[in-house]
Amino acid sequence: MSLRSMISTASMGVLALAAASALTSTAQAAAPESNDPIKIALFDWTSVNLNAKILGGILEKLGYTVEYPTADYLSSLTTGLTNGDLDVGLEFWDTTAGEAMKASDATGQTERLGALGPKAKEEWWFPEYMKEKCPGLPNWEALKDAKCAEAFSTAETTPKGRYLGGPVTWEGFDDERVEALKLPFTVIHAGTDAAMFAELDSAYQRKAPIMLWIYSPHWAPAKYKGEWVEFPEYTPECYTDPKWGSNPDAKYDCGKPHGEIWKYSWAGMKDKWPVAYKVAKAYTIDTDELNKMSGDIDLNGKTPEEVAAAWIAAHEADWKAWAQ
Amino acid sequence: MTVTASASAMRPPVQRWLAIWALALAAVLAVFLLQDSLPWAVNYPAEAVVPVADWVSALMRWIKSNLSWLTRSITAVLGVPLDFALNLLAKNFKIGHGPDAFVLPRLSWIGVCAVAFLAGRAAGGWKLGVLVGGCFAYIALFGQWTSAMLTLGLISIAVPFCIVTGLFVGIWAWRKPWAERLIVSPALDLMQTIPTFAYLIPMLLLFGNSPVSAMIATAIFATPPMVRATMLGLARVPSEIDDFSEMAGCTARQKLWRVLLPSARPTLMVGVNQVIMLALNMVIIASMIGAGGLGYDVLLALRALKVGEAMEAGLAIVALAIALDRLSQAIAHNHAQGQIYQAASPIFWRRYPNLTLAVAILAATTLLSLFVPAFAAVPKAITFTTAPLWKAAVSWVTINFFDTIEAFRVALILNVLNPVRAFCEGFPWLGAVFLLGLAGYQLSGLRLAFLVAALTAFCAITGLWEKTMATVYLCGISAFISCLIGVPIGLMASRSDRFEKIVTPIIDTLQVLPSFCFIIPVVMLFRVGDVTAMIATVAFAVVPAIRYTNHGIRQVQPALIEAAKVSGCTPRQTFFRVQLPLALPEIMLGVNQTILMALAMIIICAMVGTRDLGQEVFIALSKADSGRGIVAGLAIAFIGIVADRLFSAWTAKARARLG
Repeated sequence: MSLRSMISTASMGVLALAAASALTSTAQAAAPESNDPIKIALFDWTSVNLNAKILGGILEKLGYTVEYPTADYLSSLTTGLTNGDLDVGLEFWDTTAGEAMKASDATGQTERLGALGPKAKEEWWFPEYMKEKCPGLPNWEALKDAKCAEAFSTAETTPKGRYLGGPVTWEGFDDERVEALKLPFTVIHAGTDAAMFAELDSAYQRKAPIMLWIYSPHWAPAKYKGEWVEFPEYTPECYTDPKWGSNPDAKYDCGKPHGEIWKYSWAGMKDKWPVAYKVAKAYTIDTDELNKMSGDIDLNGKTPEEVAAAWIAAHEADWKAWAQ
Repeated sequence: MTVTASASAMRPPVQRWLAIWALALAAVLAVFLLQDSLPWAVNYPAEAVVPVADWVSALMRWIKSNLSWLTRSITAVLGVPLDFALNLLAKNFKIGHGPDAFVLPRLSWIGVCAVAFLAGRAAGGWKLGVLVGGCFAYIALFGQWTSAMLTLGLISIAVPFCIVTGLFVGIWAWRKPWAERLIVSPALDLMQTIPTFAYLIPMLLLFGNSPVSAMIATAIFATPPMVRATMLGLARVPSEIDDFSEMAGCTARQKLWRVLLPSARPTLMVGVNQVIMLALNMVIIASMIGAGGLGYDVLLALRALKVGEAMEAGLAIVALAIALDRLSQAIAHNHAQGQIYQAASPIFWRRYPNLTLAVAILAATTLLSLFVPAFAAVPKAITFTTAPLWKAAVSWVTINFFDTIEAFRVALILNVLNPVRAFCEGFPWLGAVFLLGLAGYQLSGLRLAFLVAALTAFCAITGLWEKTMATVYLCGISAFISCLIGVPIGLMASRSDRFEKIVTPIIDTLQVLPSFCFIIPVVMLFRVGDVTAMIATVAFAVVPAIRYTNHGIRQVQPALIEAAKVSGCTPRQTFFRVQLPLALPEIMLGVNQTILMALAMIIICAMVGTRDLGQEVFIALSKADSGRGIVAGLAIAFIGIVADRLFSAWTAKARARLG
């Protein structure tokens, strides 16, 4: 029990002694091994917050106290989760957090709880109406055509096409890819994905040319019609061995890696709340279901709490089994 | 005869300086042209980079492993009042655990709105009461109540904390001039210029991912004006009052607390007001490390491209800011007018009728909220939203004006931004150190020259030269455009009261509305890149240019204008020959502030794809690399300090010349 929770418990105790005595009696019961709040991190996108609310809702039904602190995605792996400021983080994507997860594993103070279920995919993406201007798509070789690249250009990149990449912190290797595959494209880095989707929304409304980086599960591929460019399939050798692939002198001559989405916990969770730990470890969710629920929140205006409550009610048998 | 003699005696230094500058510029140009043979003078050699970042990281690791018991105890102690405030205003008190916990409700929203109205009425009459109460009701009706109260809870604990700390540090600095010069002044400069993102990682490591970290980050940013106001206020107390207290036999302590501080009250209240405003400025950043509240709503809405929702959350922050600003200004004004001593009534409710009424209302409405749900949470039926309107407006502009905007954007990039950027990034670091040092020497002397040169050299020897110059480019050009827009608007506002009335609320809003709210719509029109960054920066940095220009012209003494009229000046001559020169120091101060504001936006600009020190801070944040973030933050701070010192020295010279 941390000093802070001791102080707050003490102050609560002054407020209501009777309730406090009830507290000690439940503390000996099996399910909530400790009444300290379990802290599930919220990040700044929809699906992770939905997952947090679902897992939190289950744990509350089992008698735990749950808190939802807001945190920063990548740095939480090497800060909050290492010292128990955060107990669970639910979505760490192979595609964007690979290095951060390696750094986190190296500390030995966090634990990878296994995969969440949905597969992370990210790649170059274009709206469907661009197929008219560049009929060879989605095959990546079509992009080598100068005319096709020009269709994606703006005044300051002509004659090269313009490709809007993700934030530099998210391990994209797009500059290297353009060079290795000899694509006539200029890579522009959006500082945040919010800025990137703002450009997409604007271009889509005007049916204007755009080529950008999109990931899934996300609401964007559900809202906008379009396709992913088909690059040569990713293999680990492609990123490490120049000889691999169409360009014998360069790495990164392939598409982007797909991968898992991982759950992480603070290493001390296992001993402090064994049942909650078991539930968090067993927790998985179906890809289609997650996409649909995220859409309900982002496009249909429901709250994450409503959607989470519905899921918990519908899957009662599942999570009861996880807690056994 | 004597006049010409003294005039000619004045002349040589000016000519000599011209010659020196010509020589210096020629030398830098020569270095630039000869860069093939002198590459180390243009780009700082990578192998000579001093690993300051690694040192800082090592220091942080040491502090974390040896002092975290201390920092965590601080978190625990500060967490008690903070949790209490958050529970009271937003979260409810939970006693016990799990589903059968006993819940004590938070304060009812109806009660809080009523108390806001009462407080406004007590401080500034019915009009203020309606304004303050209205702001709170606005927040409730737009469905932002819980988030707004989380923010208010954080602020209600952070602000007193900042005020008390600021007061004590200010008193200490005022008493010990050496402390002010060596410790307090440089610390204040750094606290105000290092972007908060730069020290988020150390904050997270030391104080944990909790509202307490958010509060401490807020305090670091918001305390400096209080310290400055305390020092200024104490220094300005007339010496007669000081002497009188001596004669009346006050002890040192009595003199300070009973005489000097009360006399300095008006200035102190300005400090309090600034603390509140700056604390509200921090809400978005605070939300990233566990504060939640309105800032988090803005972030989340923008990630899902809900422009309207983000705008509403942003405007709720503005409403909160307006309410707290007007309230604190009214209180300051009341105190400034002085109070008439009244015989205290022995009966509590007679002595404090407003306070008693407020407590009674809060107790009654909160008790009612146990039974009537409408008192506990704002019923959904009465809230409304303007979000679709905002979204539709942005879409309409996007569809109809994009081509015109695009043509403008491309012209701006190709003809202005890219050439300036190339010039800045190719500028030899040694040349910049030399020229800035020379400017420092001319304006003030060896000390300033040394300081400026050392700070500039720091940016180079830590290996950040190119990114530093990219920052200088974006900031410089944005500050320039802000002045180009802001100074004329300020001049117009100073000449027409009606125009001033229109401008004031607009610039107030621009200052508190989080830049995140409008940066995304701007991206939809201007794409990712430097133009968007520039527009967002100008929208924020134009405020001081307008404000100081207006203030500067208005404060020119009427007697001087009168004198100009009497001696036969036309209105035009009066303006250009008398008012404008006299207001120049104030206007320059505005320009100085504009530069600092532009610099403060650098971090936010990195979110729309600029590649400068702001991006460096973000990379450090995502890698949880404390050293790298702090060094990049220091480089940003040093740009600000160099600009500030050179401008202040110049303004001081101009003032001295005007007499």
